[in-house]
Amino acid sequence: MNVVIDNLPLYLEGFGQTLSLLVISGLAALVVGTIVAVMRISPIPSLSGFAAVYTELLRNTPLTLVLFFCAIILPYLGSELPYFWCAIIGLTAYTSPFVAEAIRSGVNGVPIGQAEAARSLGLGFGQTVGIIIFPQAIRMVIPPLINVLIALTKNTSVAGAFFVAELFGVGRTLANANGNAVVAVLLAVATFYLLITIPLGILAGRLEKKFVVQR
Amino acid sequence: MSAPSVLFDAPGPRARRRSRIASAIVILVLAAGAAWVVYTLAQPRDSGGITLPGFFDWSRWERLVTDPEFWTFVGRGLLATLQAAAIAAVIAIVVGVLFALLRTSPKAVVRVPVTIVLEFVRGMPVLLMMFFILLVASTGAFWAVVLGLGLYNGAIIGEALRAGIASLPRGQKEAGLSLGLTRLQTKMLIEFPQAFRQMLPIILAQLVVLLKDTSLGFIVGYNELIRVTMNNLSAYYGNRFLFTLFVITLVIYLTVNLTFSWVTRRIAARSARKRGAAAKKTIAGPLDPADATTE
Repeated sequence: MNVVIDNLPLYLEGFGQTLSLLVISGLAALVVGTIVAVMRISPIPSLSGFAAVYTELLRNTPLTLVLFFCAIILPYLGSELPYFWCAIIGLTAYTSPFVAEAIRSGVNGVPIGQAEAARSLGLGFGQTVGIIIFPQAIRMVIPPLINVLIALTKNTSVAGAFFVAELFGVGRTLANANGNAVVAVLLAVATFYLLITIPLGILAGRLEKKFVVQR
Repeated sequence: MSAPSVLFDAPGPRARRRSRIASAIVILVLAAGAAWVVYTLAQPRDSGGITLPGFFDWSRWERLVTDPEFWTFVGRGLLATLQAAAIAAVIAIVVGVLFALLRTSPKAVVRVPVTIVLEFVRGMPVLLMMFFILLVASTGAFWAVVLGLGLYNGAIIGEALRAGIASLPRGQKEAGLSLGLTRLQTKMLIEFPQAFRQMLPIILAQLVVLLKDTSLGFIVGYNELIRVTMNNLSAYYGNRFLFTLFVITLVIYLTVNLTFSWVTRRIAARSARKRGAAAKKTIAGPLDPADATTE
């Protein structure tokens, strides 16, 4: 236990890194994912085809390999980005297809009659999606999106193995340095992760219940 | 584009022309991007004092591709990945059933602690769990990977099964109990088989995720595919084959994962047909079963 208290500043630093990884790559993935989702349902075949291939390929590549590419292959190919930003790129790329699919599942939650009604009023694709579908889909999208963010929180730990000193990286260093207190060190790391994931999970559950009642 | 989307009309001549122009532009942009990548890769590069020939130069591949030893090692790595995934999958299903059973137990003494453990397991990274098992139980890397994945995915499968049980009509359980079956018998004979079938797509999709996550063995020191190629083989053949090795690994992983995803989808579609569930028409097109799983 003493090990944890003595190294609290280190833990907090790692926690800060984890949070910044989560926030920055989370926001970036939301933007990229939304664009991909819109491309996927758009009337232009090449765009929707591209979005489908993008989703399929990235979703079937292990995160370890994606981060390996960003942290080791990119510098090898001549990039000089710091490791933190390499991890951001990797996490964003890996998370974006999940965001896109969560948005698509939210859009599917809107009754199809809404789209038919909009179309029969003469609205075009942009108007149907922008004015009718998305405003209704957004509340159904939020719980699955929070779940994606929870997964992202857990995935940031993989960045710890690729030279980013976030929570898992800190835990690994401390565990190696304090062989007699491994359990305490790692449980403390787990607690910090739970500090993010459990409140997010509760929030997702609440919102889901609320939105179910509204429909 | 098999089924027409509800979001837009079947295109007329003008829309078709516009769409063709847009498609042409998109394809042009993508082709330009691809051409740039290919061109950049084909350029010789200075790397640590030596000049590497372009990526498509045969010398960047020859020593690997023509060496039977190399393929033996890759095959062994792939086998190690599949082995870990298979054992972890069995553990995950067993753990999942146990979790679902205990968490729906009528006794609070059982239910509450199990719920806490479950939330704990679900809320922390698998990688941390593997590391924990590796250091605390000192099981060796293989069991750290397998047990970590089994426990974590078991928790997720358990939750899926619980949701499946909760979605069954109440009458199923009542009928079982009124026939004189015990609670356990009702659960195992009546509720579980139905919940399992209903949640099959989600469970299978989770197993594909599990397969993907065996790659975390790279970090905890289990010699699975990525570790074999990117660590051992790149050390043996030299750093100049690093990128070539990466491309080979990526292709193998994509082939295996896409095949498994495809099989999963086929099974899910078949089980949906058997249940007689007609595919509902949706706005954004059909989704994967994998969408229920986010990691």
